[in-house]
Amino acid sequence: MGNPNVGKSVIFSRLTGVRVIASNYPGTTVSYTRGFMKLGEETVEVVDVPGTYTLEPTSEAEEIALQMLDSGDLVINVADATNLERNLYLTLQLLERNIPVIVALNIWDDTEHRGIHIDLDKLRELLGVPAIPTVAVSGQGIKELVENIPKAVSPDTPIRSHAERWAAVGSITDQVQRITHRHHTWLERLGDASVKPLTGGIIALAVLVSAFLVVRFIGESLIGYLLEPLFDNLWAPVMLRLSDFLGGTGFFHDILIGKLIDGEVNFVESFGLLTTGLFVPFGMVLPYIVSFYLVLGLLEDIGYLPRLAVLMDTLMHRLGLHGYAIIPTMLGLGCNVPAILATRILESKRERFIAATLISIAIPCAALQAMIFGLVGQHGGQYVAIVYGTLFIVWVILGIILNRFVKGFSPELLIEIPPYRLPPWRTVLQKLWMRSSGFLKEAIPIILGAVLVINILYVLGIFDAIANFAAPVVTGLLGLPKEAVTAIVIGFLRKDVALGMLAPLALSAKQLVVGSVVLAMFFPCIAAFVVLLRELGVINMLKAAGIMIVAALLVGGALNLIL
Amino acid sequence: MPDGKQIPLSQMQAGQSGVVVQMQGGRGLINRLSALGIRPGQRVTKVSSMFMRGPVTIQIGNAQVAIGFGMAKRIIVELG
Repeated sequence: MGNPNVGKSVIFSRLTGVRVIASNYPGTTVSYTRGFMKLGEETVEVVDVPGTYTLEPTSEAEEIALQMLDSGDLVINVADATNLERNLYLTLQLLERNIPVIVALNIWDDTEHRGIHIDLDKLRELLGVPAIPTVAVSGQGIKELVENIPKAVSPDTPIRSHAERWAAVGSITDQVQRITHRHHTWLERLGDASVKPLTGGIIALAVLVSAFLVVRFIGESLIGYLLEPLFDNLWAPVMLRLSDFLGGTGFFHDILIGKLIDGEVNFVESFGLLTTGLFVPFGMVLPYIVSFYLVLGLLEDIGYLPRLAVLMDTLMHRLGLHGYAIIPTMLGLGCNVPAILATRILESKRERFIAATLISIAIPCAALQAMIFGLVGQHGGQYVAIVYGTLFIVWVILGIILNRFVKGFSPELLIEIPPYRLPPWRTVLQKLWMRSSGFLKEAIPIILGAVLVINILYVLGIFDAIANFAAPVVTGLLGLPKEAVTAIVIGFLRKDVALGMLAPLALSAKQLVVGSVVLAMFFPCIAAFVVLLRELGVINMLKAAGIMIVAALLVGGALNLIL
Repeated sequence: MPDGKQIPLSQMQAGQSGVVVQMQGGRGLINRLSALGIRPGQRVTKVSSMFMRGPVTIQIGNAQVAIGFGMAKRIIVELG
């Protein structure tokens, strides 16, 4: 246990070896993680408890932390050695309880260049429990920590009042800590500059633009130099041979290979299980997922996101949210599912409803964005810009409307801003691996399933029936051919596949723009839908869905008229 | 040197520092603030504030905390 953002999750992953998410912003471990470690002969369970400043809970996460404390046998209290005074408050509260405690003084390596000197022996004596200096990011001190776990004790500490406890904290810090003068480091100067209005705005713009460019660069390079050549040179000949073997036509051929285009396999348009069904997740979407989560993980672990929250706070308040909601929103650019889960860090029901609705309508996930770049981008960058611009305007306007009409109030921002830290590569890469493999595990079965279902329904002629039924709306209002109905229906399963279905229809640039925007807004994919349902409840989910359908048709119709 | 002038945190200039003397608000607010180390008697330095009544960032000890404008109005600081 410990304050938010002191490295609990990194210590946890060091102890257990389990891959867990450890980030540089408070609140990331609201859903907790458990794992196992060897302690001598025994295997014991370790729980990564959400960060808390006090045992008098002020938020949902802190309540969970308190409940977990009651069920534990021993507490490893992770404290930020560079912020001893505030961290010791929780330590003293823990000591007052009847549970053995060992303290890990983490971020120990930073104390020196911050001019902080801590008398460890004195601290151990005053607390009455082992206190081990650690540097979780590099693994230093973890062995000593484990060795000392059996020495954890619950010293006889009187229960104190607030004021008494703070007085005790003050007296301990005075006795053990000596601070010498030091100069501001360049990281601190940069940190200060990024929360000032003018420099902060410039830095935010620079960070977001370069993040976007880096994501595109890595994604496009992976596709252009690695995945497309692999598919074209190695997989395509195999598919052609299989096509010959299956006789070039027929039920199985159409399902596995799809339609040959000019006698060749076209990975985007053939739409077979083994052609498009594999190319969409691996060849088009995965590269962007990897590059997006790499950049996001870096921004998280450097500690930039809370600063962005401060900068965005004024704008976000107009949308009925506070600046912190920018974090789930950024996550949504990767995948709406973790983004909607992350709205838990917001305090009120109202904020969570607004944030989740806005994310599922106006924030396109990486998979969809990859397809937007691939398909709409062929007609020129300006059309991609129209899609993004439209979605951004929808995000703002819808936010303002929701802020007006959703009852309740949105609380104010109150967050700790962690210092900038150089990214711990180990955790960045672990997190990247976790998120990317999570995408593959989740997406591939659904993509293959979607392609299979589409092909079967197509063969059975069911889509024609649906298309005829919905045609007036789609052709009349949105100006799309009636075949696009199928794509919009499939959008419920996976949006990237759905957009891929628009590829063979030979749409004009304008139709593709309308199609992309409608697909992005219309309905969340099935995974996001399930999470929305769980997080918001049936009634609010229905409200959100209603807003989505109306908004998608209005905006799609408007685009059709304007463009 | 404390010159005895007491103003809300929201009105401090960037770079000014002072000692918290009073926090006006309910128990919940005071608990949340003191958990972050913001208590009467603590020295705080204002780092920055945003336009249009945006959040105020302060340095307290070795930590930085961003506080919404409405809360910052209710934290009274003695300059110096």
